[in-house]
Amino acid sequence: MKFADREDLLGAAMLGPALAYVILLVGVPFVLAIMLSFSSATAGSLTLTWVGFHNYSTILADPIFLRALRNTAIVTIGSQVLVIVLATAAAQVFRAAFHGKRAARFVLLLPWAVPVSLAAIAWTWIFDSTFSVINWTLRVTGLLHGWLYWLGEPGLALFAIIIVQAWRIFPFATVIVLAGLSSIPQDVVEASIVDGAGFWRRLFKVELPLLLPVIAVAVLFGVVYTATDLGVVYILTGGGPANTTHVLPTLAFQRGVLGADLGQGAAIAVFLVPFLIVVAVLMLRVARRTEVGAGGIGAR
Amino acid sequence: MSETSAGVEIRQLHKRFKGGDHDAVDGVDLSIRDGELLVLLGPSGCGKTTLLRMIAGLEHPSAGEIYIAGRRVDQDVPPRARGIAMVFQSYALYPHRTVSGNIAFPLEAAHLPRAVIAEKVRWAAELFGIAGYLDRYPRQLSGGERQRVALCRAVVRDPQVFLLDEPLANLDAKLRNTARDELKRFQRQIKRTTVYVTHDQVEAMGLGDRIAVMDRGKVRQVGTPHEVYEDPVDTFVATFLGQPPMNLVEQPGGGGRTLLGFRPEHLLPSDHFGDREPLHPIPLIVRRVEYLGSDRYVYGTVEFAPDATVIAKLPANIGRAIPEEEGGRLDFAVPERALCHFDAQTGARVRR
Repeated sequence: MKFADREDLLGAAMLGPALAYVILLVGVPFVLAIMLSFSSATAGSLTLTWVGFHNYSTILADPIFLRALRNTAIVTIGSQVLVIVLATAAAQVFRAAFHGKRAARFVLLLPWAVPVSLAAIAWTWIFDSTFSVINWTLRVTGLLHGWLYWLGEPGLALFAIIIVQAWRIFPFATVIVLAGLSSIPQDVVEASIVDGAGFWRRLFKVELPLLLPVIAVAVLFGVVYTATDLGVVYILTGGGPANTTHVLPTLAFQRGVLGADLGQGAAIAVFLVPFLIVVAVLMLRVARRTEVGAGGIGAR
Repeated sequence: MSETSAGVEIRQLHKRFKGGDHDAVDGVDLSIRDGELLVLLGPSGCGKTTLLRMIAGLEHPSAGEIYIAGRRVDQDVPPRARGIAMVFQSYALYPHRTVSGNIAFPLEAAHLPRAVIAEKVRWAAELFGIAGYLDRYPRQLSGGERQRVALCRAVVRDPQVFLLDEPLANLDAKLRNTARDELKRFQRQIKRTTVYVTHDQVEAMGLGDRIAVMDRGKVRQVGTPHEVYEDPVDTFVATFLGQPPMNLVEQPGGGGRTLLGFRPEHLLPSDHFGDREPLHPIPLIVRRVEYLGSDRYVYGTVEFAPDATVIAKLPANIGRAIPEEEGGRLDFAVPERALCHFDAQTGARVRR
């Protein structure tokens, strides 16, 4: 029998690389991180001394960590709210037929294709304390009289981070919402038009409820991408000014790698895992419930 | 039609879709009377649905005028303000809303008070016998129940005109008969102008007060089911209606300029007719006989026009003794009163 006819061997051979990739590059580091978070390991020594929840109690008593935790929540939620609004609006625009639609779609997807670090570097110029194109534009149009130090004030810096994260995720969300919109039967939309629904009623009472499962998936991706992203904050603010804009990944990097306290860095990095799992489960539930509610047997 | 009645008046209506090379609706004139059920009947692609969608306001005409209850609507009156309600072939129910949510939707859009909405929903649901399903979702309903929900949603708007786009097409054959009967009774009861699109001639004949037969964007004939069946204006109408369709053969001695048309059920053994009945003899050469229980179809050719296939439809109790072997010659005839003459070139009816 030829090798290609042995389905069991062929299957194993084809799955092998993917499995090896997941185990070596995701599984092992993940388990290692959990182990490290319960140890007093440092970058200098490779001895694993079990210290129990010491690292966790240390970071929970650390105001910088608590601030980073809060920032992570603010950035994630803020950017995702922005993403939903922008993506829904953009999808409405892209659904209409207009000249240059293909080109516009291409441009729309660019932020998704640009490497995060390059994009973040570009944004540091947009938010630059002297050259900020936003400030100059606002000034020329007469909307701004003072001066905004985007990355120099904690509140503004956090807002800047939200903007960049939303900018990064929203093309992807738009594509998902567009796909969702095109899956809504044309008849149903036309029925709502005949039934007398105007634009807003149609959007909020017909399209958005039918899009909910799709939006939940988009948000789930967005939450995970944003909450675990290191690059944007690291490049934009580096956690500054004065450690006020750290998010968990940047703080973990600072403590664990730059500060050489591997144990604490791991604890910070792992801290979010249970939350993300809960978010993921909730989102998937919403997605499922809506589908079931729309037509399933269990929705009595 | 008086200007105030709730009829629909269509004048020289044209529709050409973007990039199309012909008019999907090509100069239609139609008067739909107040309270009647008019069926738009035609093969797929004949423009009947496009015509309905233009009445609804879901498509913009390229040219022409539409009046609903005497008011011109084709220019700038949106669908919701036309006093129409539409039932889609797919029913187009809102999948995320319960039955009562579906029926209530147009009332909510009209900003009616809650109490009024609840009352109307209940009234409509009882009218169609679905009051027990108000809390269910569309996917939990059978095809027939969904169709009733769609009708309820249309009825609660209290429209001047109902527009129905093949509302029975998605039902199985058994259900279709009862649904057709219910639909007819319902329409009689509420006496609203109804435009009904279908490609099914049985539905059209059974439901329509009048039928508009359409082909390639044009209305070929408008009339009662009896008129379009017995008195077709051209060969298209003659062959589109009837199962099997009307036989068309060249008239002997006509030089190929005239076609003779007669329905299969009128082609019977000569000795079956009374002595006084003026007959047109059609000698039939049998090719084969199809036994269908209540009827037999005799397929054959006519001596004077050997190219055309002719079908005779014999009720089971007539001509039992006819020879059925291939090549047999049968002495059949058609009563003169049942003959139609058509121009062979244009297909138009020739009256004499």
